[in-house]
Amino acid sequence: MSFYVSFGTVLLLLAITAPTALAFGFAGAMSARARFAPLSWIGKGYIAIVRGVPDIAFFLFFVIALDQAIEWSRHKLMCRDWTDPIRQGNDFVVCAEAKMPLGTAAQWVHEVYGFSLAVITFAIVFGAFAANVLFGAMRAVPRAQMETAEAYGMTHRQAFWRILVPQMWVYALPGLSNLWMVLIKATPLLFLLGVEDIVYWAREMGGSKTARFTAYPHGDWRMWYFFALLVFYLAFTRVSEIVLDRLMKRLTHGQATSGGEAQRRANA
Amino acid sequence: MSCWETIADYGLRSIGIGERLLPKEDFTLCQQFTLIGSGMIWNIYFGLVALVSGFFFATALAVGKASNNRLFRKLAEWFIFIFRGSPLFIQFFFAYFLFLSLKQAVPIFAPFTAAWLGALVVLFFNTAAYSGEIFYGALQSIPKGDIEAADAYGMTGWTRFRRITFPTMLRLAWPAYTNEAIFLFHATTLVYFSGFPAWRQKGDALYYASYFADKTFNPFIPYPILAGYFIILTLIVVSVFGLANTHLNKHLPKEARRKIRFRPNIIR
Repeated sequence: MSFYVSFGTVLLLLAITAPTALAFGFAGAMSARARFAPLSWIGKGYIAIVRGVPDIAFFLFFVIALDQAIEWSRHKLMCRDWTDPIRQGNDFVVCAEAKMPLGTAAQWVHEVYGFSLAVITFAIVFGAFAANVLFGAMRAVPRAQMETAEAYGMTHRQAFWRILVPQMWVYALPGLSNLWMVLIKATPLLFLLGVEDIVYWAREMGGSKTARFTAYPHGDWRMWYFFALLVFYLAFTRVSEIVLDRLMKRLTHGQATSGGEAQRRANA
Repeated sequence: MSCWETIADYGLRSIGIGERLLPKEDFTLCQQFTLIGSGMIWNIYFGLVALVSGFFFATALAVGKASNNRLFRKLAEWFIFIFRGSPLFIQFFFAYFLFLSLKQAVPIFAPFTAAWLGALVVLFFNTAAYSGEIFYGALQSIPKGDIEAADAYGMTGWTRFRRITFPTMLRLAWPAYTNEAIFLFHATTLVYFSGFPAWRQKGDALYYASYFADKTFNPFIPYPILAGYFIILTLIVVSVFGLANTHLNKHLPKEARRKIRFRPNIIR
């Protein structure tokens, strides 16, 4: 049963992470092209740093780092009279009230907390990729469009929201769909973040079971469980490919790109 | 214990030479640098061997996918789809358990359950599929004139492939292939987190980095060290591939040469 629920976990992760990462990416791209220099350095630095560091190292790093950052700040806020240092040798000690989640919390709170840490980690990493794609897409919108907007007397902000943003998606979509594929394929890494996802359950349930512990004894079936996962992912990426293709066709409609031009000629 | 002694003890720890026990407490910076660096041996081994052997298979796959023979084309297409459409992480798991089951039936497969061979096979297939797709794309965009010129000189079959098609394909594919090489090196960090056991704690760089992070509960030292090593490795890969790129394009005038755009790091 938990095995099937964990498929839901993966889908839920995708459903939450994709928009969050897109929002992170949008914010990153916006700040990277800001005219206020320090803001633009922050945006560019975010993109450069996250993209430059090896992938899973980042995942492993961020989960602990976020957890400690949260506990550290809670500790500073809530236990002001605590004098012992937080780092004692190899230990990370915070007062009991600052534990996140509280030691007394129910099991599901721990699970939800772990899951949201994973979502934030995914969002930060994929946000940087998305920021890079969107930054490129914003620059790909023909300059003439923006000049026209200026000629109509639009302010910088108006031109950005009314002209640039609606037009950039067609340039961003190939990159974003690529990113979506990568995101799908990154979901098994949840296992490394300590979430009980499909990889975890496939290992647990596939292992040999003897009649003593379960009503359904079987040998080592992990190979077949992972084969099922392989097929699941293949089907998932294939379906996404088809859907994204359709979306691309829809978006290129009426655009001043070679794709849009080809569509126009085919219909004419 | 001075740093030189640490290097002497742990410098080759990842391949089983030197001190057997890993440090247990009072970790020094030097120990972390040395052990993580010694783990890099495995990353380089996996990356290099898979890259070199995968190159030939990738060429075969690209030619197969572009061939007129339906059987070859379908075989290559399916191979590429399966390895590009599913997460590398799941592939590792599946392969490991597949080899475990095969081992019981045929003892020849015993070495395949160890990381040095089993994971290498998976990485080999994986990189072959990814670069095969890159090479296929390059094959499709070889200028028609080049082939016509070869025909005019009376070249056919193998001669034409060796002298015209193959070099042009490489030239076109090289920038993308450089990125593929970088991804591959980053992907090698997945090996010891995916079922393949690190026998006697002989692991790769990420294995040691997470060992330190677990023991000290402080991710802020080992992971940046790991990131530093990988950035150096990436720079080396980029410069070596850059040299090859200049060699491939040395007949062109300087401005016409295509620069390799450095786009590292996407999870697969």
